[in-house]
Amino acid sequence: MQNDQLALAQTRGSVDPRVKRPLPAWVSTTALLLPTYGWLTIAIFLPLLTMLAFSFMSATPMGKTPVEFTLKQYRAFIDQPYLLRIGFNSLMMGFWTTLFCAILGFLAAVALVRATVGKTRETLLVLILLPFWTNGLVRVFSWTMVLRENGFLDNILHMVVPDAGSISILYTRYAVVLGLVHGYLPYMILTCYIALVTIDDAIIEAAASLGARWWTILYKILIPMAAPGLISGAVLIFIPVIGSFMEPRILGGRVGVTMGTVIEDQFTQAFNWPLGASLSFTLLAVVLAIFATFSGVLRGRTAG
Amino acid sequence: MTEFSRRNTLKLMTATLAAGASFSLLPRKVFAAGQITVLNWQGYGTDEAWSLKQFTEKTGISVVHDYYSSESEMLTKLRTNPGAYDLVVLNAARCAQAVAEDLLQPIDFSKVPNAATVDETLRGNPNFSKDGVGFAVPWVWGMTSLAIREGKPKPESYKALADATYKGRVAMDDDAIINVGIGALMTGQDMNDPQDLAAVTEALKSIKPNVKLLWSTEDQWNKSFAANEFDLSVFWSGGSVRSKRNSKLPVEFVVPKEGAVGWVDGLGIPATAPNPEGALAFANWLIDPAFYVEWATKVGAPASSNSAALNSLPADDLSRQVHNPEYLKTMSIMSALPDDRREAFNNVWQEVKAFYAE
Repeated sequence: MQNDQLALAQTRGSVDPRVKRPLPAWVSTTALLLPTYGWLTIAIFLPLLTMLAFSFMSATPMGKTPVEFTLKQYRAFIDQPYLLRIGFNSLMMGFWTTLFCAILGFLAAVALVRATVGKTRETLLVLILLPFWTNGLVRVFSWTMVLRENGFLDNILHMVVPDAGSISILYTRYAVVLGLVHGYLPYMILTCYIALVTIDDAIIEAAASLGARWWTILYKILIPMAAPGLISGAVLIFIPVIGSFMEPRILGGRVGVTMGTVIEDQFTQAFNWPLGASLSFTLLAVVLAIFATFSGVLRGRTAG
Repeated sequence: MTEFSRRNTLKLMTATLAAGASFSLLPRKVFAAGQITVLNWQGYGTDEAWSLKQFTEKTGISVVHDYYSSESEMLTKLRTNPGAYDLVVLNAARCAQAVAEDLLQPIDFSKVPNAATVDETLRGNPNFSKDGVGFAVPWVWGMTSLAIREGKPKPESYKALADATYKGRVAMDDDAIINVGIGALMTGQDMNDPQDLAAVTEALKSIKPNVKLLWSTEDQWNKSFAANEFDLSVFWSGGSVRSKRNSKLPVEFVVPKEGAVGWVDGLGIPATAPNPEGALAFANWLIDPAFYVEWATKVGAPASSNSAALNSLPADDLSRQVHNPEYLKTMSIMSALPDDRREAFNNVWQEVKAFYAE
């Protein structure tokens, strides 16, 4: 056995080592792609498929309850019509958060690109990312300190105007949107920054030299050219926001009921994973439908 | 760039395989012989540092904890992590569910000498036993009822929750079973099996103008009460003692005429527990008068199931006053719910919450 291998090695060794017989292309392609696709399968497709399978079951397949195949979980919006209003409120919450993030994030990115250079710009970029280093829960709880009655904001107001009433907005939808904008703004600043930084200064100088005012430059050059950044930022923000449950629960009080909290309740409180899964997939379908509708419009705009 | 020859590709594949193998060969978590893992709410008696120190000195068994933030999360953890826990704190209602799913093992009461003085009605609670075999050591009992800011008039009925004098000053417990129970008591129905869920829904919806927030943890309740955000709340008897004693909050626990929503927590041993002997020793310690008196007087505790322990408390003790035996007469104890009723209760509460949010 060993002799055979030695002999084989000798015959091989006699061949010029620099001439190697190439493997068929598909072997190396498969070997190289395997880690990526294997990882994607384990980390994304399998959990999603499991949840998709759960959403067709009559009960959570743990414990002794017999499990049957059913479509009733997808009838939730018909059987429990109050979910429609919750869904609508969640979409509106996503809309306002994305809108405020887009306005503030775009302006901040313009300021970063047009008014700073070198070290200052790097420092400012790090400062924008800094909140990401703290736990989201901490950030949301600190807002409750600021916004509540006799909180930080109230105290400052009463220092200036002692007789003024409370301006507390804690436990309202405004507080929820405020907390969400604070949490998701960096995504928009970064995507807009990346889009804006590629615009050649010469284009803006040319426009200015031909007499364009700043608003013309903004609407004719900056916004159209940064549109890909704005759109990807909006997608990055809108999707997690309509599924968010921590910010509404802590800042929303009584009004903090969203699709996110309903789905979370199904998983943690009601132990009804199938309903939670079906609600998630319904929400996913609605989001995809919204983006499918608007992607055509947006593509038309950018092409024209 | 190197060409992808057979040898290089093989090297790459071997490296990948080796990496994968070394991951799976990582040492498994080793359980020390004298260690038990307890699954409980955080800050609920079992994890007091002084108690663990005394227990370890006595028995040589060290105690580590894992926590849950809702009872269904506890059941999920038991179902999905077999072999991870030795002792679990679970409500009577959930205990029956866990026993039905074979998640618990029978208790050998001969190894829990303190159980001899445990109240018979609690030990014989049908939720804790199956076919005459006990599956949990009753530990503590308590009530969920109303808590009011000191100086405000004491509510005589749960209907006070909907009273216009408390506009925007009420906090509700974000728990479907408790709220449906309170809605049932408001409408004069059996808390465990209300026949008219529509009336319960209406009663809960009528509270809407008063509801300021829904609380889900005791810590959240304390912070909001201290910030003067509400006056009247659905709250736990033990929680009110802790808030008053530890946080010095001006709170008073009130049981209205409809009676409190009662609960009993037991100590169960998961069927897959690696160290059931250690768990029994810890359960015995947890109903020991020595432990209970220190817990109740220093921290504040619900009423112990062990009458010997409860009687060791000083007569002016806050916990002993709050857990007045008179309340036991009107108290309804939460029992196990069949799946469809539980789902109906959850749907009622989701609907009410959606109505609050409008």
